[in-house]
Amino acid sequence: MSVLLAAAALLQPPPQAPPVDVIGTGETVAFWVLGPLAIAGGLGMIFSRNAVHSALWLVLSMSCLGLLYFVQQAPFLGVVQIIVYTGAIMMLFLFVLMMVGRDSSDSVVEVLRAQRLLGAVLGIGFAGLVAATVARALADVPARGLSSINDAPGGNVARIGQELFSTYLFPFELTSALLIVAAIGAMVLAYAEGRRAARRTQRDLVVARFRGEHDRPSPLPGPGVFATANSVATPALLPDGSVAPESISKLLQPRDRSSLEEDEAAVAGELPGPDPHALIPPAPSQPPGEAPGQPPGQPPGEAPGQPAPNVASGAPDATDAASGAAVEHEAEVSR
Amino acid sequence: MTPSYYLLLSALLFAIGAVGVLVRRNAIVVFMCIELMLNAVNLTLVTFSRINGDLNGQIMAFFVMVVAAAEVVVGLAIIMSIFKTRRSASVDDANLLKY
Repeated sequence: MSVLLAAAALLQPPPQAPPVDVIGTGETVAFWVLGPLAIAGGLGMIFSRNAVHSALWLVLSMSCLGLLYFVQQAPFLGVVQIIVYTGAIMMLFLFVLMMVGRDSSDSVVEVLRAQRLLGAVLGIGFAGLVAATVARALADVPARGLSSINDAPGGNVARIGQELFSTYLFPFELTSALLIVAAIGAMVLAYAEGRRAARRTQRDLVVARFRGEHDRPSPLPGPGVFATANSVATPALLPDGSVAPESISKLLQPRDRSSLEEDEAAVAGELPGPDPHALIPPAPSQPPGEAPGQPPGQPPGEAPGQPAPNVASGAPDATDAASGAAVEHEAEVSR
Repeated sequence: MTPSYYLLLSALLFAIGAVGVLVRRNAIVVFMCIELMLNAVNLTLVTFSRINGDLNGQIMAFFVMVVAAAEVVVGLAIIMSIFKTRRSASVDDANLLKY
């Protein structure tokens, strides 16, 4: 684009009394590239059925318009167009589209008869009217151009700033008020809290329970806890000794009595259970002068896992404490 | 080529936006068409600024951008609140004031 601008600047005449802006070849090429792209963006926005596609077509159109501002000697507005419109506003549109629902596409049903046809005809007629008026009124108007302003020190931006803060100071302050009002209005409109239903308190729940909104006014009884079992599958007993069937969760199937016989036998000690003393180290039977790591009488080349010869006599090897303890315990049991 | 070509382009874009407002049903797409119309008017203002040789048109376009930003914020908030109550963003469903 800077090449185009430079070409346009080179083709401009030297400043004279009424400066006339001559449109060069570079600007013509830029117009004929960017203008059809902008129109294609607008048409794509109208004709695409998905709203997200519409937004992206509009981004194309707005970007082309921003580049046309650059070509038209308005670099500040070109930058603002790209940053504000395609950057901020279209992203806001896309955010709202994602929140509302991406697939909320248009309905094809026409509520008003021939609405689309009439809309298209009216639009084409409007475009023809405005275009004909513009072409007849402004066909041979020479442009004065902004090169004398834009080439001054500070350029386009400085002059716009001067005008904004001198001539247009009051409208500029009004826009700040407008922006604040818009921000507050958006916050008020989009505020979602406080519209939910009030939470039901515990008192409300109790009243609702006794009015019969639930099956029973009290919570379900818990499972029974007895001296022999505290399983959740054990039913609670009512005061007359009968079983309360609600006390067992529906997720647990009622167990048959015969399936518990094995557990009962284990509790009564009728089955050979696991050895409760298997991991106790045999500390008292160790000889006092012996180191725990390696006994002095043993040669260092001997494998540590090999059973020592003094296991059977009640003094086990320290390197093999667990098996020694098991053997000693067995000897105690047999006594 | 004269600057009136830009005016013709902006007239076309404005007409496209107007047709979109008339035809489309999704409220957000209608809003986008309004944005396109505002952009077309901005192009007209920039072109007039160039024809006249002073910066007033560009400053006017700048104010149009500011007002458009505020309008988009409020309008999208309204669309969001309508969508929250009616679960729809179609302009056909917002007919509470019709009867």
